Amino acid sequence: METLVFALLNGVIYGLLLFMLSSGLTLIFSMMGVLNFAHASFYMLGAYLAFTIMEGTSFWIALFLAPVLVGLVGMVVERYGLRRVHAQGHVAELLFTFGLAYLIDEVVKIFWGRTAVNYRVPELLDFPLFTLYGAQYPAYRIFILFVAAFMLVALWYLLKKTRAGLIIQAALTHPHMVGSLGHNVPLIFMSVFGVGCALAGLAGVIGGNYFVTDPAMAVQMGPIVFVVVVVGGLGSLEGAFVAAMLIGLLQTSAISINASLADIFGFLGLGPHTEVGEITIASMAPMLPFLLLVLILMIRPRGLMGEREV
Amino acid sequence: MTDMTATYAALEPTRAEKFRQRTVPLILFAVVLLVIPLFNPSRSMVTLLNHMGITIVFALSYNMLLGRAGLLSFGHAVYMGLGGYFAVHVMNWVAEGSGFWGAVPIFSMPAFGFGAGALAGAIIGWPSCRRSGTPFAMISLGVAELVAAAGFMFDSLFGGEMGISADRMGGPEFAGLSLGPVDEVYWFIAFWTFIGVLGTYAFTRTPLGKLSEATRDNPERVEFVGYNPQRVRYLVFIFAGAFAGMAGGMSAVQDEIFTPESLSLIPSGAILIATYVGGIRYFTGPIMGAIVMTYMGSNLSDYTVGWLLYLGLMFVGVVMFLPNGIAGIVYGTADTLRAGRLGEVWQSWLLRLAGLALIATSVITIVEVAFRWSEGYGEVFEPFGLHLGTDNPLTWALGVLPLVLGVVMVMKAAKGESK
Repeated sequence: METLVFALLNGVIYGLLLFMLSSGLTLIFSMMGVLNFAHASFYMLGAYLAFTIMEGTSFWIALFLAPVLVGLVGMVVERYGLRRVHAQGHVAELLFTFGLAYLIDEVVKIFWGRTAVNYRVPELLDFPLFTLYGAQYPAYRIFILFVAAFMLVALWYLLKKTRAGLIIQAALTHPHMVGSLGHNVPLIFMSVFGVGCALAGLAGVIGGNYFVTDPAMAVQMGPIVFVVVVVGGLGSLEGAFVAAMLIGLLQTSAISINASLADIFGFLGLGPHTEVGEITIASMAPMLPFLLLVLILMIRPRGLMGEREV
Repeated sequence: MTDMTATYAALEPTRAEKFRQRTVPLILFAVVLLVIPLFNPSRSMVTLLNHMGITIVFALSYNMLLGRAGLLSFGHAVYMGLGGYFAVHVMNWVAEGSGFWGAVPIFSMPAFGFGAGALAGAIIGWPSCRRSGTPFAMISLGVAELVAAAGFMFDSLFGGEMGISADRMGGPEFAGLSLGPVDEVYWFIAFWTFIGVLGTYAFTRTPLGKLSEATRDNPERVEFVGYNPQRVRYLVFIFAGAFAGMAGGMSAVQDEIFTPESLSLIPSGAILIATYVGGIRYFTGPIMGAIVMTYMGSNLSDYTVGWLLYLGLMFVGVVMFLPNGIAGIVYGTADTLRAGRLGEVWQSWLLRLAGLALIATSVITIVEVAFRWSEGYGEVFEPFGLHLGTDNPLTWALGVLPLVLGVVMVMKAAKGESK
């Protein structure tokens, strides 16, 4: 019971962070048809900028300023990079973002060094909120929960209930028609790209001190975010949410399971001291998202909730 | 009334043209491979050449997917790695030397790698080749992560973090090569590089090779004509895996070790960059890319810690402005010269070259100064006796002015050419 509750809580928090990253990626994909390989790099950029801003001022300023800065960087990338490459097709766009991820990694190493920076939880939130089964639960994790939930509601409201959201939704499917109606479609694209990157930056601000802020964080997070987006169904925000939760819970609960393959498949004659039998579920946790990805793409290429085939 | 077949026959290149365009370059390549040792290259140079040979075969196999079949893979190193791992295991069996394995020369390792790569391609390709485009790229990414993770998990097959090493001196000699000293390994690599180039080139001339290009350009039409695009992709994928495995076998003999790192996304990304920078629309593009990238990887890293950044900048630059890569420049220049149009374009070429040189000056200044500042040892970038510290106004001038001027010049040159 104890393990289950903690796995559930941590899984939901991890899942919400994943969703914050993948929502931006999904928006950008449904708009431009390109998977932004550098998305996790913007997440990393958010964490590092927050660290620097927090050193000079406070965490609360960083919480607002860092995502805005990341969003601006994203807009510049779209305006002067992606838009140029767009004419050469999707593969060139994917390759461009792949190269961009390389560049951001290196630039981060120049400015902040090759080792992890000491980006810490703000003092105001650095206390145990409640005690559960004799273990203290940090307040910062609940703070993450609230920020993510707030962002979720705000995004939903923006897209579904405002005029701007209406135009964005129309521009996703019928860009020419929206253009003919007098809206500046390239500007819409640029803003959506910026907002998507800002969301990734926000995830970096609140996730960077929850995990570790080091130059490898983009490489670690990037592929998992792809998995979320593809498993959820490309272009579907609801699907991305479900997939993010699924993978968050799957990974955190797998880490807390202490069984080995021999314990599970022992009845098939798998010995506990053979090489396969010794593998624990916990050690397989990092592989699970990719296993899920391959399975989903084979069985249901649309993803969980996608409307079109990828 | 003209007969259609007659027109087609007239379009076909003559025997002399075929010989000049298809056979002569291969003969020249073989001659280059044979002549290189006459210059007495140093040991480190030979090692570099050997790595170039391996990367050439690997890049060509990758271009069978990316350039020819239009399949963007983020996990091609998996096949090179699995082929190489198999070759390393075979080398260890040969060293034990009993029965059949005792009679296998180490020289034949790339053939074993070829088989293992083909098998890996046949197994992994079955689920992944059902789709093309973005899903294919994503599946290849997932598979690469899975295989790399499995590589760190099964120690008896992949040797864990340390990897598995072997000895290339075992087994019977072939063609009088003991494969001990590195210049004997050169002949081994040269032979198999030539086989790799010949094999991948021959593949482009087969009906399957032609169909793979057709499937890239218009899969519906291919289906209409009566071929199954999925099947074409699958077969091409197997061959690409096989040639990658062959490169793995070459690498197993050259380096005598394979680690699970070689299965990961990093070497896959590196070969993607090398192939694309070389130029994916030409057969020789990946060869040029492999040579340039291997050279940069081994030499540039001695000069500057920022070489990965230069690599990234170069890659992004190629994607944005030069989609045909190095080969595009080479062939474009050759075409202009042959057509005798040098007189019309030399001014804009000069302008562009000067502009690029200016941009490079700025970029190098910025990167070098930034890296020295970031390491914080107080080291100063001092090219040509200049003292470029962060507090020197000259540093800032060199970082900004040539960049602006260079961009203006390149844009002017591009404008002039489009007229």
